Amino acid sequence: MNSLTDQQLAARLALDIPDGAYVNLGIGKPTYVSSYVPSDREVLYHSENGIIGVGPTPAEGEEDPEMIDASKRLITVAPGAAFFEHADSFAIMRGGHIDIAVLGAYQVAENGDLANWATLDEKFPPAVGGAMDLVVGVPKIFVMMKHVNKDGSPKLLKRCTYPLTGLAVVNRVYTDLAVLDVTPEGFRLVELTDGNSLDDVQAVTEARILPPV
Amino acid sequence: MDKRVATLAEAVRNIPDGASVMIGGFGNSGVPFGLVDALIDHGAKNLTIISNNAGAGDFGLGRLLKEGQVSKFVCSYPRSRGSVWFEKAYAAGEIALEIVPQGTLAERIRAAGAGLGGFLTPTGFGTRLAEGKETRVIDGKGYVFEAPLSADFALIRGEKGDRWGNLSYHGTARNFNPIMASAARHTIAEVRQLSEAPLDPESVVSPGIFVKSIVEYGVRP
Repeated sequence: MNSLTDQQLAARLALDIPDGAYVNLGIGKPTYVSSYVPSDREVLYHSENGIIGVGPTPAEGEEDPEMIDASKRLITVAPGAAFFEHADSFAIMRGGHIDIAVLGAYQVAENGDLANWATLDEKFPPAVGGAMDLVVGVPKIFVMMKHVNKDGSPKLLKRCTYPLTGLAVVNRVYTDLAVLDVTPEGFRLVELTDGNSLDDVQAVTEARILPPV
Repeated sequence: MDKRVATLAEAVRNIPDGASVMIGGFGNSGVPFGLVDALIDHGAKNLTIISNNAGAGDFGLGRLLKEGQVSKFVCSYPRSRGSVWFEKAYAAGEIALEIVPQGTLAERIRAAGAGLGGFLTPTGFGTRLAEGKETRVIDGKGYVFEAPLSADFALIRGEKGDRWGNLSYHGTARNFNPIMASAARHTIAEVRQLSEAPLDPESVVSPGIFVKSIVEYGVRP
């Protein structure tokens, strides 16, 4: 089966970020998305640590260690930016003011349940961060992840087995193999990575995938 | 009125064993590293630390953990790259962890500083982090009751300050510092620059009424 690289996946997702949107990119791979959003679209990026208007990585010699994003990457400030304290930052997130959040996931269920903060390994400290606040407050939750785990086991499930981040919160899942919408009927195919068939993708997915309407 | 203290050591010398201490910052940004180092030298033990992250590497909160001064950690994200001292203590069962969603952590701190008895948040409803908590459904949406969170001390970092305790901030170093300032019985602020002249009231983000002591520490991490 054909599999997108993380950068290709970010580029695909970036096409669905519209002009004028306020967007929160989760830590790690979702931060790749901003560099692929077409340059004729003005998008303002919120980061939970107190900024709207995250700009690109600073040039060498211009780094400021107190200017970081939620992934703790060094950032610059985009035109139109603002700083604020943490309670305000989460009022922005919970209060429905952000349009789209892009998050990673361990598991997504066909009813939109998301698990992305804790595994079943009790020795490993859980780390929730801002994910639970984002999923209750942001109207569009896009998940960006590998379609299956490293051992081949499925991540798109009938029901999550890991502790939940939020209930029925995911709208769309972008994986290296396909793009799927979460609908009241379950996962529905939006598109396949070039060269893949629905049968191939279904074979590595626990939940049923409905054909596009 | 003069809240200035001459040294970092003097600023933290009244923090006793067993105290609860809020420490500002997110990652390494806005962490009062001078005050944290002074707290390590001061040697208070059995501390409850309230801070978003659990340190990374061998400095700051990482060193406080390495020295065994912390018995409980309240935070949202203890698993940053390099949080080795926390992970060691946690795996060995030597430290208690209260994991709180980040927005709930911020709002619990804000509620304490604002004199509120708590609040209802949709965050965490139906998840493991709401187990055992009071819940309520309003207009069809589920909410979890969360209690205020105060502390004996807050160690915070600002950019500029004056002798009245007024503070301004720099970039994303603001984060938890303003709300923690309001939620502790004794807030100690470290500032990069302690101004002789009063700060312009229009530039003040944390009003000095929240701050008990202020000390200069010019190093930016």
